Amino acid sequence: MGVRSWFEGWPVYRQLTGTDPLGRGAAAKSDGSRSLTARTDTADSMARSVCPYCAVGCGQRVFVKDGQVSQIEGDPDSPISRGRLCPKGAASKSLVTSPLRQTTVRYRRPYGTEWEDLDLDTAMNMIADRVLAARDETWEDVDAEGRPLNRTLGFSSLGGATLDNEENYLIKKLFTATGALQIENQARI
Amino acid sequence: MIVIQGSNMAEAHPVGFQWVMEAKRRGAKVFHVDPRFTRTSALADAYLPIRAGTDIALLGGVIRYILDNELDFREYVVAYTNAATIVTEDYRDTEDLHGLFSGFNEENASYDQTSWQYNGDESNGAKHDTETQRETAAGLEHESHGAQVNGQTQRDETLQHPRCVYQILKRHYARYTPEMVERVCGIPQDRFLELAQAWAANSGRERTSMLVYSVGWTQHSVGVQYIRTGAIIQLLLGNMGRPGGGVMALRGHASIQGSTDVPTLFNLLPGYLPMPHHADHPTFDEWVESIRHPGQKGFWGNARAYGVNLLKAYWGDAATAENDYCYGYMPRMTGDHGTYQQVLNMIDGKIKGYFLLGQNPAVGSAHGRAQRLGMANLDWLVVRDLFMIESATFWHNAPEAETGEIVPERCRTEVFFLPAASHVEKEGTFTQTQRLLQWREKAVEPPGDARSELWFFYHLGRIIRERLAQSTRPRDRALLDLNWNYPTHGPNAEPSAEAVLYEINGYDVASGRPLSSYTEMKDDGSTAGGCWIYTGVYADGVNQAARRKPGAEQSLVALEWGWAWPSNRRILYNRASADPEGRPWSERKKYVWWDPDKGEWTGYDVPDFEKNKAPTYRPPPNTSGVAGIAGDDPFILQGDGKGWLYAPSGVLDGPLPTHYEPVESPVRNPLYRQQANPTRKVYTHPINTLNPSPPQEHSDVFPYVFTVSRLTEHHTAGAMSRNVSPLAELQPEMFVEVSPELAALRGLSHLGWAHLVTSRAAVEAKVLVTDRVTPLRVDGRIIHQVWLPYHFGFEGLVTGDSANDLFGITLDPNVLIQESKVGTCDVRPGRRPRGQDLLDLVVDYRRRSGNLVHRYPPMVTTDVADSSSDQEA
Repeated sequence: MGVRSWFEGWPVYRQLTGTDPLGRGAAAKSDGSRSLTARTDTADSMARSVCPYCAVGCGQRVFVKDGQVSQIEGDPDSPISRGRLCPKGAASKSLVTSPLRQTTVRYRRPYGTEWEDLDLDTAMNMIADRVLAARDETWEDVDAEGRPLNRTLGFSSLGGATLDNEENYLIKKLFTATGALQIENQARI
Repeated sequence: MIVIQGSNMAEAHPVGFQWVMEAKRRGAKVFHVDPRFTRTSALADAYLPIRAGTDIALLGGVIRYILDNELDFREYVVAYTNAATIVTEDYRDTEDLHGLFSGFNEENASYDQTSWQYNGDESNGAKHDTETQRETAAGLEHESHGAQVNGQTQRDETLQHPRCVYQILKRHYARYTPEMVERVCGIPQDRFLELAQAWAANSGRERTSMLVYSVGWTQHSVGVQYIRTGAIIQLLLGNMGRPGGGVMALRGHASIQGSTDVPTLFNLLPGYLPMPHHADHPTFDEWVESIRHPGQKGFWGNARAYGVNLLKAYWGDAATAENDYCYGYMPRMTGDHGTYQQVLNMIDGKIKGYFLLGQNPAVGSAHGRAQRLGMANLDWLVVRDLFMIESATFWHNAPEAETGEIVPERCRTEVFFLPAASHVEKEGTFTQTQRLLQWREKAVEPPGDARSELWFFYHLGRIIRERLAQSTRPRDRALLDLNWNYPTHGPNAEPSAEAVLYEINGYDVASGRPLSSYTEMKDDGSTAGGCWIYTGVYADGVNQAARRKPGAEQSLVALEWGWAWPSNRRILYNRASADPEGRPWSERKKYVWWDPDKGEWTGYDVPDFEKNKAPTYRPPPNTSGVAGIAGDDPFILQGDGKGWLYAPSGVLDGPLPTHYEPVESPVRNPLYRQQANPTRKVYTHPINTLNPSPPQEHSDVFPYVFTVSRLTEHHTAGAMSRNVSPLAELQPEMFVEVSPELAALRGLSHLGWAHLVTSRAAVEAKVLVTDRVTPLRVDGRIIHQVWLPYHFGFEGLVTGDSANDLFGITLDPNVLIQESKVGTCDVRPGRRPRGQDLLDLVVDYRRRSGNLVHRYPPMVTTDVADSSSDQEA
């Protein structure tokens, strides 16, 4: 290594003589940092999304590498958020990739003291059985004056307000056709 | 100017708050009114500390100030509001009746609204059973349209008639003087006057002011009237329908607006159509007429088409004119079937099963103990969530397990935990707080058994329909005839969210062509559409919610980013941004105007008016429906086309907002003998014990006021933040903010422990001594307030006691939202007791407050004369 290149290896020299007088860009880079690439550059794909927390509706860009979410950033195109995210929105990647997420069905039988495993199909069929049984046991055709009721008050539902419109639409449609009235949402709360 | 009240916008909606800062940078004044000094206050020009639950007294003071000084935007007020409309002779105000309006019926604690009506329209009120309206939260229907009123009104545009709304308003708020504001709210008079003066000065032709609120306003037993009071000010000052004006409701969740528009609520169908009621809507025609309000003006006149299209979307080919489009399949309400009634019914063993879909009531709903005991008394519970939440593990981890009230071996609830897909693992639309729908693309497949709600409900419906395929029972027809054919794709047979959005939008039945506007909906079954206010989101077969034209390439209105209901309008009632002749009120505040050359409305936004209806249009006498709206009636979904200063119907607790104390208050109402909202929804149930308030005895057992709200780093009941390590690390512990004065009074030390006690529960928290909360001088005495975050529970990376356990259950009568922003409590140093000792402590407080026999606060207190200001009345 010659004296000159040794000298130029100093960030302060590059800062004083180069195009980066504040030393926050090129001047501060080492060989290591110069060779780094942003996760967003090497992503296989990017989905345009929306933050799932509060109701401001900040735009998110969800970057995917090898089938996994590799980064979530604010969408600078959004006229609402202009690329910004708050602490919660900025933690969205930690939310969706959290090791605490449950990824299998869990089942607690009546009077049970432990969780058990259950196959998803089995769970779906058991739930359908219970819905139909509760409906039959509590079905009301008419009121005392013979006016139609067509309903069950045997089961109920409470949904969060991170449900999509399409999801809410199907939930309400199915409950209504089942005769189930007692359907509620965080929007009441 | 921007007034933020009942909201901590900087911390709860941080990215939206950048626009407040932009406005401030350009010279806007920012006022913050809140019980606690927050980062919103720190960034505001002025901060007013207020006693929790007294916002109507403050805003009423602003109304009085405007009217007394004639600072209203008179031209706007006369032309666009009902200020000139004359009310019946029989109307009696709270001024005359110690805080009640005329028509109060003590037997069912509700009003007969006949005497509140516009003159000549008295028959309107009598048709409606207001008790049923309360039980079915009928007020929610008015989110998309005004309440019923006959469009033909008598008016005195000089505003001098003693029974015109303007004069009634003046009289109603006469006693809301600056002295009274100080006495009720604890806000010094000069601070109050600073707010009132700035608000009036920054409104008019050249300027507009915006009002911002959040659940700090809605979660009260008088919550709807808080917002009404704000709306009255904004109408008087001419701030509605104009740029930089309006009332900005900051909703708390990604699609909570969508969850009301396309509701999963017991009393609503999509687009704010009412769920049928067994007595009021036995037939299709009665249902439609109750929505349409024959004789009324405005777009609600086409309600038959909206109803037919919904039924047609639900039941497809089976829905025909001959069978009233399968209206007979609809289940009927008989009263209150809301979430709190459900929980009490669970405790009483009346409900067998419960679905929780991304919701955690064990932490997030008022009276957590009632929630958990209800869930412990079910046959089965299905929890669908990302994480193992408190509402799934209550049977072994709840505080009630520690006290022995829930024992796993004796708890029969069968629990299914089904993992849910996250927002990046499914596609669909959220509707954000400004009614804007934004489509999310799917980034990755959900892991393992995780699935979307769309998947769960589509396949649950499919399985149920398969089970019933051979059934001949009449009750199963609604399921078998259901239009339930959505295309599926991918490894998990995920239903197409876009196909569902297409159905929500609506289509021509014969050709399948998507409708582009709700005005294309027909009432003959030739079109179908699941949510009339969303029609247009799939116009031209294009998913308009997926539009992403960069904001930098558009005007500030950004009409090509997402899609807002209705018809992609970004400011509702924007006809009001022009004067009655259709000209902008000022060049500065130009937004939508009439172009006389082209004969159409134009501007920066989609005009919220019939495109070619001239400002000079006057309907022939007795015209109803859309044609009844005059060319200078901007409020096109109101039955008279006017903004309502005074609500002749539709608001169950009175035509004008009135200050009532919270149900739990240490203070006797200084304004009226009537203490609390006389029409509030009360649940008498052994578990729902309430703390006494004046004029009851023993309110001194719970001498302090507590309020709760959100931290930037946590989200509601905590599932989506206490399980996320960066967020958990930033806010790791439950705490309570107390003033230095209260800390000294109660022997609390900074970073030590305290516990709060109500007649429901005792909750412990770390103590943060801070002057962010300050004692207030109220009606001659000092009131101490404390604040807590409500995010904590017993599961997750960080845990703590739940603030919502402290609350009882009392609801607003209009929308059945609980009062969970204010309550009374005692504050004690140290940690709370455990096990049986904890139960004993709460029981002891109940005994000392005389509440062991469930003495509920009286609904009416007008017979008790005391220190309140109307003893002479």
